[in-house]
Amino acid sequence: MTNKTLIQISDELSAGQYSSREITQDIIADIRARDAQFNSFITVSEELALEQADAADARRAAGHAELLTGVPFAHKDLFCTQGLRTTCASKMLEDFIPPYESTVGQRLLATGAVCVGKTNMDEFAMGSSNENSYFGAVKNPWDLNAVPGGSSGGSAAAVAAGLVPAATGTDTGGSIRQPASFCNLTGIKPTYGRVSRFGIVAYASSLDQAGPMCTTAADAAVMLNAMAGFDAQDSTSVQQDAADFTAELNQPLAGLKVGLPKEFFGSGLDPQVADCIMAAVKQIEALGAQIVDISLPNLELSIPAYYVIAPSEASSNLSRFDGVRYGYRCDQPEDLMDLYCRTRAEGFGKEVKRRIMVGTYALSEGYYDAYYVKAQRVRRLIKDDFARALAQVDVIMGPVAPTPAFDLGSNTKDPVAMYLEDIYTLSANMAGIPAMSTPAGFVNGRPVGLHIMGNYFAEAKLLNIAHQYQQVTDWHLQTPTSNTAKGA
Amino acid sequence: MALENADIENIAVLARLQVPATETSDYANSISSILALVDQMQQVDTEGVEPLSNPHDATQRLRPDEVTCDNQRDAFMAIAPATEEGLYLVPKVID
Amino acid sequence: MAWEIVIGLEIHVQLATKSKLFSGAKVAFGAEPNTQTTLVDLGMPGALPVFNEQALRMAVTFGTAIDADIGKHSVFARKNYFYPDSPKGYQTSQMDHPIVGIGHLDIQLEDGSTKRIGVTRAHLEEDAGKSLHDDFDGMTGIDLNRSSTPLLEIVSEPDMRSAKEAVAYMRKMHAIVTTIGISDGNMAEGSMRCDANVSVRPKGQEKLGTRAELKNINSFRFIERAINVEVERQIDILEDGGTIAQETRLYDADKNETRPMRSKEEANDYRYFPCPDLLPINIDEAYIDAIRNALPELPDQRSARFVSQLSLSEYDAGVLSASRALADYFEAVVAVCNDAKLGANWVTGELAKFLNQNNMEINAAPVSAEQLGQLISRIKDDTINTKGAKTVFEALWDQTGTVDGIIADKGLKQVSDMGAIEAMVDDVIAASPKQVQQYLDAEVEKRGKMLGFFMGQVMKASKGAANPGQVNGLLKNKLDALC
Ligand SMILES: [Mg+2]
Ligand SMILES: [Zn+2]
Repeated sequence: MTNKTLIQISDELSAGQYSSREITQDIIADIRARDAQFNSFITVSEELALEQADAADARRAAGHAELLTGVPFAHKDLFCTQGLRTTCASKMLEDFIPPYESTVGQRLLATGAVCVGKTNMDEFAMGSSNENSYFGAVKNPWDLNAVPGGSSGGSAAAVAAGLVPAATGTDTGGSIRQPASFCNLTGIKPTYGRVSRFGIVAYASSLDQAGPMCTTAADAAVMLNAMAGFDAQDSTSVQQDAADFTAELNQPLAGLKVGLPKEFFGSGLDPQVADCIMAAVKQIEALGAQIVDISLPNLELSIPAYYVIAPSEASSNLSRFDGVRYGYRCDQPEDLMDLYCRTRAEGFGKEVKRRIMVGTYALSEGYYDAYYVKAQRVRRLIKDDFARALAQVDVIMGPVAPTPAFDLGSNTKDPVAMYLEDIYTLSANMAGIPAMSTPAGFVNGRPVGLHIMGNYFAEAKLLNIAHQYQQVTDWHLQTPTSNTAKGA
Repeated sequence: MALENADIENIAVLARLQVPATETSDYANSISSILALVDQMQQVDTEGVEPLSNPHDATQRLRPDEVTCDNQRDAFMAIAPATEEGLYLVPKVID
Repeated sequence: MAWEIVIGLEIHVQLATKSKLFSGAKVAFGAEPNTQTTLVDLGMPGALPVFNEQALRMAVTFGTAIDADIGKHSVFARKNYFYPDSPKGYQTSQMDHPIVGIGHLDIQLEDGSTKRIGVTRAHLEEDAGKSLHDDFDGMTGIDLNRSSTPLLEIVSEPDMRSAKEAVAYMRKMHAIVTTIGISDGNMAEGSMRCDANVSVRPKGQEKLGTRAELKNINSFRFIERAINVEVERQIDILEDGGTIAQETRLYDADKNETRPMRSKEEANDYRYFPCPDLLPINIDEAYIDAIRNALPELPDQRSARFVSQLSLSEYDAGVLSASRALADYFEAVVAVCNDAKLGANWVTGELAKFLNQNNMEINAAPVSAEQLGQLISRIKDDTINTKGAKTVFEALWDQTGTVDGIIADKGLKQVSDMGAIEAMVDDVIAASPKQVQQYLDAEVEKRGKMLGFFMGQVMKASKGAANPGQVNGLLKNKLDALC
């Protein structure tokens, strides 16, 4: 079953080549057989998955199947799944079984999709390499010495390894796009507010946004159709009519104006990555697009502003983990203070504690204006940069990350070095615009993703550009095994 | 902004995190380097720039005043570390 | 030294919504613990708040009622602190941009004058849960039913100068919130509670003294007692050359003393910031105007109408409009008996006396407004006299029957038969020659007073049932005829 696209599986289910139960069983067996080397799953959900698969088969037999009915997928372990352990890759939630399903999960289940398990991630989505997991680091299927990226590293590795055709991810500062880039996937972070955050454990509420990670743009569009939509339970959900993200696939790119911000091609960018990106841009130009040089002058400020806003919100969002109503609780607390301090010290990993402390500091008396308020002002400057640029061009392109996937352990000593990896992705979260990664080549056998950003609610346009590019390239069809075979 | 060990101790209390003495200076160092990174934004003039807290500058939606949930105490309490007689238990609270 | 007392109040009013501020959980007092909670109120991972429209409407209604600035752009902020009754680790409140800005309230002082008290602001926030200190193996139990219940916190300027003024302000606030229907005002159930910031300073000094914050006072009586005992404590310390610590204190009603709260010992840094799960509330002039135009008659307006329309005294009008329930009761009495003066006398007299003796609120009065109205009507149509009416009232209070039923059962029907009364009058005059002689000897202007003796004798002979007006007239005529 490896390396089939989601649409392919959907077609084969429709054609009766196999049942949902059969493919679900195969996939679970495959995960059990092969995932030890990637560590991409935290929990495999056999019993519930087979129930869902049987229901999907019955639904298909009754003639009510939709595109995703019976198609297996995996959830990043940050989506609350009713009756299925949701850990956020943290000791804090090691045994947490949510009493409810996230809105995204409900929507996927409503189409009949089958959740086979929960994927590994950086603890509470804090990280860019998936090395901050209580359940161990995830390895990049393209090179087991390399990180898969983060924080949605388990989802990326699972899809890249061909274990599942699609997985959900969340992107607070690049956590869908960077692992997609590192693992040769198509991943999209939608417009802020497009996908409900209800039931997704919050990292930074004003930045978090969920999206799909798949092999192709067409698959991503199908997944996003199921995931997106207004949700009255999320105050920041945007009240928009249901969109069909597959609707613009197959639009020609003639006349498309593509902006290349000079700040995306500065000295920090690996020259070989730059070559891949420029080659991809050339190809898109060949499809009829017009390339324009632009500037996002405040781009560099997105790192400092992000590392104030995200930890600040996180410090407050993670206060609820106190050992009282759910989750980990320290042994034999002496008193209330001891309950809090030890539960949280023992339950959270180091990077989570570090960000909680940074955020606590940034919000504290005397520093709030200089840090939090200042960062929010900078955030508007960044949003304004995009508004100016996107008045000039239809989309913006560049690299997703300054380098291909780096080696495991190479950045873990220095948090600041790790933070700098996010330089190209943070700004889209700050502005709330949609952005995606599509496979655009390899450097030393490690994948490189092309970053495509657009205006609010322009997901269909972005997906079409990626789709058009995927029609004339086969980067996205490479698999770790085919690639290794070719010796690239 | 370089943090001293004492700053870390204060922050740890506010954040309710027990930080062993052996880890204090490590946190002080790494958080100081993060703050040094963050301090780059102090050089930018943001005079008159309205802080942005939501990307859409959107307005809060209102929910009709209706009771929409039933009692689910048993399901909620099943996942709690310590309960008794329908209450969550914590070490003695002193007012 | 002469001291000046300075008091500011923070009043928490529980809004009378059906559901919670940010969730669809039911708001009701006294339910089984933790049965009125949702994912949101429990702070479950991934749960998100959505704001209750009715809470906004109620807050704006309050703002228009005290003639305050309404925040057209108000913002929810998180107040971060760890406590077991705060499930998310923060309270969603408002800080920089409250829904209600500067307003004011007039209170009536005991000398009859009016004093204006400034309202600094009023903001929306969610309530916390409750800690239950029954012993569970040395543990405390947490009930989160109250978590996320909507509150309006009303903050006054430090404009009050005595405990009595603070009580008058609290009473007026109570009258307003119950009149506009945003709260049931039930203090025993915690629907209205207040924190008092109390300080003293030498008379004439401009600078405020260091204040103590008295937390969670939940009855009018305790406000006065708590403030007075705290003022005494502060003055004692200052007169002994000590200094006042700025701290949070708790009033212990049993011991009638205040003591520092132990749980708040460490200085807190609440790290307020705008809640990223909620968006700014933007409202326009039209929204505010519509609410202002729909305001019911406010206590001050009602009081003025009682004076102008019902010819009550300023004093009676003030007393009767001090609570919506009392004013409604009074108007219902008048609707039946059609006599505002008598109605006011009975409501502020006999009824108030019974309520007081039984420590009861007007809503709990066992005598309905309808019954009291009928009772007054029976006085007016001369069926009973005032003395008999009091007996009937007592029986009504004990819920032993209807007005007419009680009058009949107790034989209180007034004797208005002229012949019968005349016979009794004649008997009394014949049996009291000495008193008759004194009456005749007295100066004319003193005779009125002397009638009392004869009145008493006749009433006694009639077992209280004679119509006092008729007896008085007859006595006067007959005695004067002897001159
Ligand atoms: Mg307060
Ligand atoms: Zn409050």
